[in-house]
Order: sequence, then structure tokens, then C-alpha cells
Amino acid sequence: MDMKSLYLLVPMAPLAGAIIAGLFGKAIGRVGAHTITILGVAIAFIASLVIFQDVQAGHTFNGPLYTWLTSGTVSLEIGFLIDPLTTVMMLVVTFVSLCVHVYTIGYMAEDDGYQRFFSYISLFTFSMLMLVMSNNFLQLFFGWEAVGLVSYLLIGFWYTRDTAIYANLKAFLVNRVGDCGFLLGIGLVLAYFGTLDYAEVFQKAPMLVGQTVSLIEGHPWEVMTVICILLFIGAMGKSAQFPLHVWLPDSMEGPTPISALIHAATMVTAGIFMVARMSPLFELSDTALSFVMVIGAITALFMGFLGMIQNDIKRVVAYSTLSQLGYMTVALGASAYSVAIFHLMTHAFFKALLFLAAGSVIMGMHHDQDIRNMGGLRKYMPITWLTMLIGSLALIGTPGLSGFFSKDSIIEAVHASHLWGSGFAAFAVTAGVFVTAFYSFRMYFLVFHGKERFKCAHDTHDHEDDKDADAHGHHHGGHSCPHESPWVVWLPLALLAIPSIYAGWAYIQPMLYGDFFGSAIFVDPVAHPAMEELKAGFHGAGAMAMHSLTTLPLWLAVAGVGTAYFLSMVRKDLPAKIRAKAGILYTILDKKYGFDDFNDWFFAGGARFLGGRLWRWGDVAAIDGILVNGTARLVGRIAGMVRHVQSGYVYHYAFAMIIGVALMVTWFVKV
Amino acid sequence: MPIVFGLLILATGGDDRNADGQRTLALLGAALGLAVAIPLWTGFDATTADMQFTEMAAWIPALEVNYHLGVDGISMPFILLNSFTTLIVILAGWQVIQNKVGQYMAAFLIQSGIINGVFAALDGVLFYVFFEAMLIPLYLIVGMWGGPNRVYAAIKFFLYTLLGSLLMLVAMIYLFFASGGSFEILTWHKIGLTMTAQTLLFVAFFFAFAVKVPMWPVHTWLPDAHVEAPTGGSVVLAAITLKVGAYGFLRFVLPIVPDASHELAGFMIFLSLVAVVYIGLVALVQADMKKLIAYSSIAHMGFVTLGFFIFNQWGMEGGLIQMISHGFISGAMFLCVGVMYDRVHSRQIADYGGVANTMPRFAAFFMLFAMANSGLPATSGFVGEFMVILGTIQVSFWYAALAATTLIFGAAYTLWMYKRVVFGKIANEHVAELTDINAREFLVLSLLAVLVLGMGVYPLPVTEVMHTSVENLLAHVAHSKLIP
Repeated sequence: MDMKSLYLLVPMAPLAGAIIAGLFGKAIGRVGAHTITILGVAIAFIASLVIFQDVQAGHTFNGPLYTWLTSGTVSLEIGFLIDPLTTVMMLVVTFVSLCVHVYTIGYMAEDDGYQRFFSYISLFTFSMLMLVMSNNFLQLFFGWEAVGLVSYLLIGFWYTRDTAIYANLKAFLVNRVGDCGFLLGIGLVLAYFGTLDYAEVFQKAPMLVGQTVSLIEGHPWEVMTVICILLFIGAMGKSAQFPLHVWLPDSMEGPTPISALIHAATMVTAGIFMVARMSPLFELSDTALSFVMVIGAITALFMGFLGMIQNDIKRVVAYSTLSQLGYMTVALGASAYSVAIFHLMTHAFFKALLFLAAGSVIMGMHHDQDIRNMGGLRKYMPITWLTMLIGSLALIGTPGLSGFFSKDSIIEAVHASHLWGSGFAAFAVTAGVFVTAFYSFRMYFLVFHGKERFKCAHDTHDHEDDKDADAHGHHHGGHSCPHESPWVVWLPLALLAIPSIYAGWAYIQPMLYGDFFGSAIFVDPVAHPAMEELKAGFHGAGAMAMHSLTTLPLWLAVAGVGTAYFLSMVRKDLPAKIRAKAGILYTILDKKYGFDDFNDWFFAGGARFLGGRLWRWGDVAAIDGILVNGTARLVGRIAGMVRHVQSGYVYHYAFAMIIGVALMVTWFVKV
Repeated sequence: MPIVFGLLILATGGDDRNADGQRTLALLGAALGLAVAIPLWTGFDATTADMQFTEMAAWIPALEVNYHLGVDGISMPFILLNSFTTLIVILAGWQVIQNKVGQYMAAFLIQSGIINGVFAALDGVLFYVFFEAMLIPLYLIVGMWGGPNRVYAAIKFFLYTLLGSLLMLVAMIYLFFASGGSFEILTWHKIGLTMTAQTLLFVAFFFAFAVKVPMWPVHTWLPDAHVEAPTGGSVVLAAITLKVGAYGFLRFVLPIVPDASHELAGFMIFLSLVAVVYIGLVALVQADMKKLIAYSSIAHMGFVTLGFFIFNQWGMEGGLIQMISHGFISGAMFLCVGVMYDRVHSRQIADYGGVANTMPRFAAFFMLFAMANSGLPATSGFVGEFMVILGTIQVSFWYAALAATTLIFGAAYTLWMYKRVVFGKIANEHVAELTDINAREFLVLSLLAVLVLGMGVYPLPVTEVMHTSVENLLAHVAHSKLIP
């Protein structure tokens, strides 16, 4: 098999699985549906491994599949670009997707929409692969919107729940706001470069430096800045950056497997991937990079704060995801693209792990997601406990685990950056370490340690309540006790735990400081020397871990864990007191800074109000009422008057004729 | 070509009460119509901008009026679209229409033939006759098989459009004299005109075509007509009739009065953007599904006129693609509403909720078309909007930015409606009793689904036939024909 058909196989195998499971779900049954989709994703994963090896051997590929359309001299094509950046994403996507597919067998076992669910997640895998494998902006946008669609379908998977169908509409519309900017960015790329092909655009990009465009009269802006910021607005939607972050916490209404796959590991990182892919463009605009960095820093810190007070286990992880996406964005702004991708990768492993473990806990707790009702689960669910501990440790940056290497590199890169805003960003990502450690371990202690805050009967094994997926309630009695989840659930946890541990020290050297990415990522070493400085200070993964013992971030993390332990294990009465004392502050956090209320009131309400007014006053009153029906009435009235003239009496007509003739004669004589 | 239809229809139109036979005959007629139109596609020569498959016969020799037909890359796709839509509406009306079946079917077939004539006419008078005649079957369809307020809607629709076309007749008579006694449209393309004449002609044609498109603010007949029309009527109205107006701009306005077109392009762009933004907002608050889709049609047609009046290839081809795609999508959307209406007899969004529980298959189709209506990539709805936005941004960033808001508004009104109708718990006993789509409905919706997806994934074949004609038209428009 030649490589090109292998490339094609990677997205097509999951697509085939999705189509078969979707259209013939009834015929092939549950087992058939999960077998075929898992097979498809497994094929994609193995093929990605082969391609990865091939690319490592130096065989990159950039070529079209077919021409989508042509107009004038421009032809838009669908094609693949296979380079190291692509293969990293392919591996992450297919690996996490495979884990999630297997996990779903257990998690969705009792759901009526079993086949539909498998069809959706395979379709998602297809879309995501098309997105990362694209060699042009058009296909990127295709994948971009397609993953948005599947996300929409999956958040609203339980379509009878009002909260779910509210959340999915919100997610789609907020993403569309970002896409609006993204599309305009693509439009400008075409207008200025005359092509949408990455390679050609990147090659021509330096020629555009210094060229300006006046979007507002008298305010010339650099074209590159405008393009980059517009593209980044797209990333802000998809990667849930402030202020377009509002949809991600609500997206937790979807089933947990997709929270892991879509809303933690892959889709939300599409924006990060996109900016890294566009590094040759972003490198040309310091303004855009500063913008990226500041937005990322705000997200990293302020979304972390929100995670500190959440009580829903999935929402804690969701805010943690927002915050970590902010970290990646900051890295992009500091021109440390490879670090961002590195963190994207490690984060995909440990965050998918955390979400899936949270799902396992939720199953054990009979679909109660409130961490205040948990406690002491360690002895009931040992594998879940251990893997979640690994995930949390990786997340907070324990030296030696994967998250440490990527996150510490981000912090160092930001400190080395000299762009406007880097001071604030450096503060945000450093302070964020404490926040991350605090919310992660607050959750960890409340869930797995301490007293059991639920009641259970040890010997009954009634499972009928499990079916009640709607049960958010706090009925603590009558359930069987939590027990470890079946192997299809814990196996993916174990699989994800492995890279969460070792992916950091194993890959930091080649990915960050070697020439792993080759020409896939471009950094201007003169203008943005952060990576060069990091490289000079890097003496191997082991030395980095040792060195961290003397640096601030590690001690902040320890302090965070300590505080969490103190507040949730030792002085359990304190949080309530703090809450009472810090009234306004708590309300602000509880209201999530008021974004949801404002958006509902201003944008959603405003659009409906405006639409209603335009319709009632514009269409119904002005156009129909006055112009159309008014004309009709006027015609009616004139006709009514004229009707009197048509009296039928000959002498009336004769009289009119004489007057007419007289008038005409007068007129002719005068002329 | 249209004659084939005419004969078949006369045969069906006569008798009254043997419904099954008439249905079959109508289906046969529509299928034959499509079959006859397909060679236009397969035999089409995309390398020339000249008219092809021409037919010419003297009609009124004294006035130089000829029965002159022919197609180019701009009109050919619409004849196919029209023939295909006819087939769809015949199928869609199969069981629903139970009284005056023969007349119903005949009206649609006659309509189809006339519309083919509109798109193929190369003689001004012939065009005018077809253009006017087109109103009659539609007027009857709305007036006879329509809803409770059908008479108001039908008359409003009729007068609105008639008013515009009378001015066109005046313009044509002027052109007859200006061209030294010819009704040939292609001859009119070549004559020089003063700026005043061009402006006046522009205004006259504008009224005729803007009402048909419809452009804001002469759009209010459309929601009313849609609401009252039977499903088939809505489908034809949205899929085909609206396209005639936009086609008129391309065939008459741009080539005959290019200088006035350039002069007034800003005005046209303004109206188009109003359609996109204003109508998008108005669509958001509609409580009636058909009205909502009607408003969404107006917004989508705003993209068409926007694309035409930015005078570049992206915009013009994007506009044409948008017209075809909108034919499929709006047709499909109206059919979806029709499917529900047939069962519940309500078009109010509030009367539904949780339809997905009882009609999962239908919900899947409806989802696809709703997404296409919101311009999701890989559906045909994306291609046209994308091309027009790409074209517009080359002219002005802010025009494009306003046009791009359709990404948000389009998704908002379509998906919000979808959410309230299809998602959620079963809202009432009517929804609980719903039965999923039957084989015939499945066939109709799948045909459309295949086209919507096919055109989204691979639009190249459609754009290819247009290239030469569009380039020719653009060259024509760029060339001033002003005489002092």
C-alpha cells in the first residue's frame, strides 16, 4: 500500500464506521456498532503510527486529493499535509479516541442511543482528522465546523433534557461567533495571497509585512495583524478562550466520554493547533502575539479561580480545561509553539484520564456528580482512585510527570518573552499553578478521602436506578455501594495513565529542543528569542526536574495541595466561613463573572427584542400597514371616487368630453 | 422542451375524478421533463459563452417577435433545478392533496413548463409572456389549495409582482425602439444608452425583479404567500420562483445597463445587506415555521444579490450557486414542515416539542437540512455563502463582515426553531401520536439530502459549467456602453 492511500485510510476508516453504525445501527445491533467503530478507529490509530514512523524517517507529504471548486485563477482543493505537527495530532486524536470508544462500551451500556453515540464519536474522529491533516484553509474550516457540528449533536445527545439542548445551542452559537472572525480571516488570506494553500501562503507571507489596511478611516493597520487576530478569534471560539469561553462549562451536559474526547483532549485544542500551524503568519505580527498572550493569560488565571468553587465533579475538570487551554494560548503568544503543542499532547492524556476517571466515579455514585456527596471512594474504586491521582499529579506539575515538563516550559517561555503583556502573562501562569493545585486536590480529597458522605447498602445490588440518567438528585439511601467499574472502563484509564506519566521526560528533548518539528513550526529567532533562551538553559529532562525543586512554581503547587488538604480534610468548617466573609467575591465567582447573565440578557435578549421590533414596526406596520395595504386602500378610495364619474348618463360623459376638448385646445394653442 | 410538458398536461388537466391515474401521469410527466432536461447538462459545452440548444421560430413577424429559446451556463442549471423540483413536488403532493388532484398536478406541470420558458427565453416579449404566465398557476395553487387566509395572500402576491412587471414591459418597449426594432435580448446587450436612459431602465427592471427575489423592502408578500400556500406551492415558490428575479438581474439589468448598475451597486449592496441582517433578526422571532423559513429565504437571497453587485467572479458564481443550493435547501425545509403539518395540522412552533422522540428518522433529515440552512460546510448551503463572502471581502471588509453575521443569525434562527420543535420532551398528545416518515417521504427527502451533501462536498461540476458564461458576463459589465 503506498503512503497516499494510507493517509486516506486514516480519516476514512472512522468515517466508514460512523456511517455504518449510524445508518444501519438497528441492523447490526449494539455489539456490531461498537465493533465496527472501534475497528475503524483502531485502523486509523495503527495507520497513524506507521505514518508517524515514516515522517520520522523524513518523508513529509503535501498534495491535493481533489479540486473542490475553481473560480477565476484560484482553485480550492481538498488535500493532505503530513508533517511532524500533523502526525503528533493524528496520534493524539486516534489514541484518545480509541480509549474513549472502548470506555463508552461500559459508560453507555444502558443507554438507548448506544449506536447513535458510537456513530457520532466516530464521525467526530473523522472530522478532527480532516482538520489536522488539511493542507489548506478551506479544509481546515470544513473540519472546524464539522467538529462543531458533532460537538453540538453530542452535547445535546440526551435531547429530552432542557439543560442539554440549551447548552448545545449555546455552544454552537458561541462557536459561530468565533467562526465569523475565522471566516473573515480566511477571506482576507485569499484576498491578499490569492490562494488558500498553506505552503503558498506561508511562502508569500513575508512579502506582506509593512502593508497596511484601513478598516476604520484613518487608522491603518498591518494586514498581517488583522489576519492573525481574525484567525485567532476563530481559535477563541473553538478553544474556549475568554470571552468566548462561556460554552465549555455548559457543554458538560453531554455524556462524559465526549467531555473527555471533544471538550478536553481534541476539539478544544483545535484552536491551539491552528495557531501553531499558522506560526509563519503569527511570527510576523507582534501585536497579534501580544493579543494572543493576554487573552490566554486571562483565561488561564480567571477560569482557574472559577474551578476553585465548583461542586460538580465534571465542572471542576471543565474549568481546569479552560485554564489549561489558557496556558497553551499563552505559550503560543510567547512564540513557544512547540511548547504549546507539547502541553496540548500531555494535557490530552491526563485530562482525558481525569474526565474518564470522573465518569467512572459518576457511575460508581449512580450518576450523582456533586463532590460534596462523595468521600472515601478510594477503598471502593481502587483503580479509578490510582489513575485519578496520577492524572491530578500530572496536571499540577509534579516533577517527573508529563504535565510538569510541559507546564514548566510554558512558564519559562513566558518569562523569556519580551512582548507587550508578557509581564502580566508571566504572573498569571505562575499564580495559576497554585490555583490548579488547589482545585485539583480539593476535588481529589473530597472524592476519595475523608468520611463517606453517602449512604449505601452493602449487600443489595439493585441497578434499576442506574438507568435513571436524569437523576441529579441527592437521594443517598437505597443505592448499592460504589464499586469498581468494569474492565472496559478502567482499561482506558490505565492506558491513558501510562503516557500521563512518561510522555513528558520522554519527548521534551526532541519536541522542544530537537528538530522534531522541522519546518512545520516557524519561529523567528531574532524577534522572538524565547525558545533559544530556553534551549540554552536546558540540560536534559532529569536536570530540569531537579532544578525545579528550587523554583517558585513547584512550591506554589505544594502550597496549593496543602491548602486544599487543610480546607477539605482538617478544617472542613473553614470554607463555609470564608464564603460568608468574602461575600461579594464569592458571588462574583459563583456567577462566573456574570458573563452568562450578560450574554443571555444582552445578546440573546437583545437580538430577539430587535427582531421583534423590526418585524412589528418595520414589516408589519410600516411596509405592510402603510405601503402595501395603504396603497390598496388608496386605490380603493380613488376607485370609489372615480366610480361616481362612471354614472352611465350620456350627458355626463358628453359634458366631460367637452371640458376635455376645451382643455386640450387651450393647451395646443398655448404651445 | 417546454412543449413536451404542455402536451402531457393538457391530457391530465381535463378530467377530474380518477386521481390515481392522474398522479401517475403527472409523475410520468415530471420524470420525462427531467429526462428531457438532462441532455442539456450532459451535452453542454462549457467552453463557450454562446447560447446553446437554440430554437427559433417566427411568432409575430410584424413586430419582430420570435419564439427564440436557448441556454447558457447561467440558465442551464436552473432548468435542471426546475425540472427536478417539479418531480419532488409531484411526489410530495401524492397523498396530501385529495381534492382536485388533476388540476393540482396539472398546475404544477404547467408551471414547470412556463418556468423553463422563462429561463430559456431569448426574446424579450417571450420572456415577458412567460414571466407573467408563471404567476397564474402559482396564484391558483395558493388560492385554491392554500390555507384560510389564502385569498388575501394570493392577491397580495399577484398584485405585488404584477405591478413590478408592468414597468418591465415599458422598459422593453423602450428597448425595442432604442435597438431599432428588435426584441432580441442578445441584441439589447449590445446597444449603447445614455446614463439617464440606463438609470430609468434600471429602475424599471429593478421593480420587476426585486419584487420577485424578493429584496427588502418589497418582500412582505413572500411570508404571507408561503404561509397560505400548500407545501408543494411553497417548495416551488422558494426553490424556483424566487430565482427568476435574480436571474432577471443577470440576464437583463447587468448586461443591458452596466453603467447604471455600477452607479447603483452601492444601493443594491445596501439592500442586500439589510436583507441579511434585518431579515435575519426578524426570522428569529417568528412563531410560525413557514414564516421563519420564508424570512430565511429572503436573507439567503440577499446573498445572491450581494454576490451579483460586487462584480467579481467569486461573488457572481457564489450567487448562482447560492440560488441552486437554496432551491434544494428551502425546498427541503418546506417539505419537512409539510411532513409535520400533514400529521398535526399546525405550523406553530409552540405546538411542537420533542418530535425526535416519535420521528427519529425525520429528525435526522430535518437536522441535515437545518444545518445546511445554517450554512454548514460540506452542505451546499455553505458553498454559495462562502464564495460570496470571499468575493465581498475583496471589495470591502465591512460588507463582508456584515454578510458574515449570517453565520450567527442563520444558525440562531434555524437551530433555535429546531430545538423547540424537535428536541425536548414530548410536548403534547399530538406529538406523542406522530408516526415516522413513510417510504415516499423518505425517498423525497433522501433525494434532496444526496444533492445537498453532494453539492457541498464536490461543487466543482456545477461551477464548471458557469465559468465561461460568467466570465463573459463580467467582461460585458466591465465594458461601458455609455453614449452621451
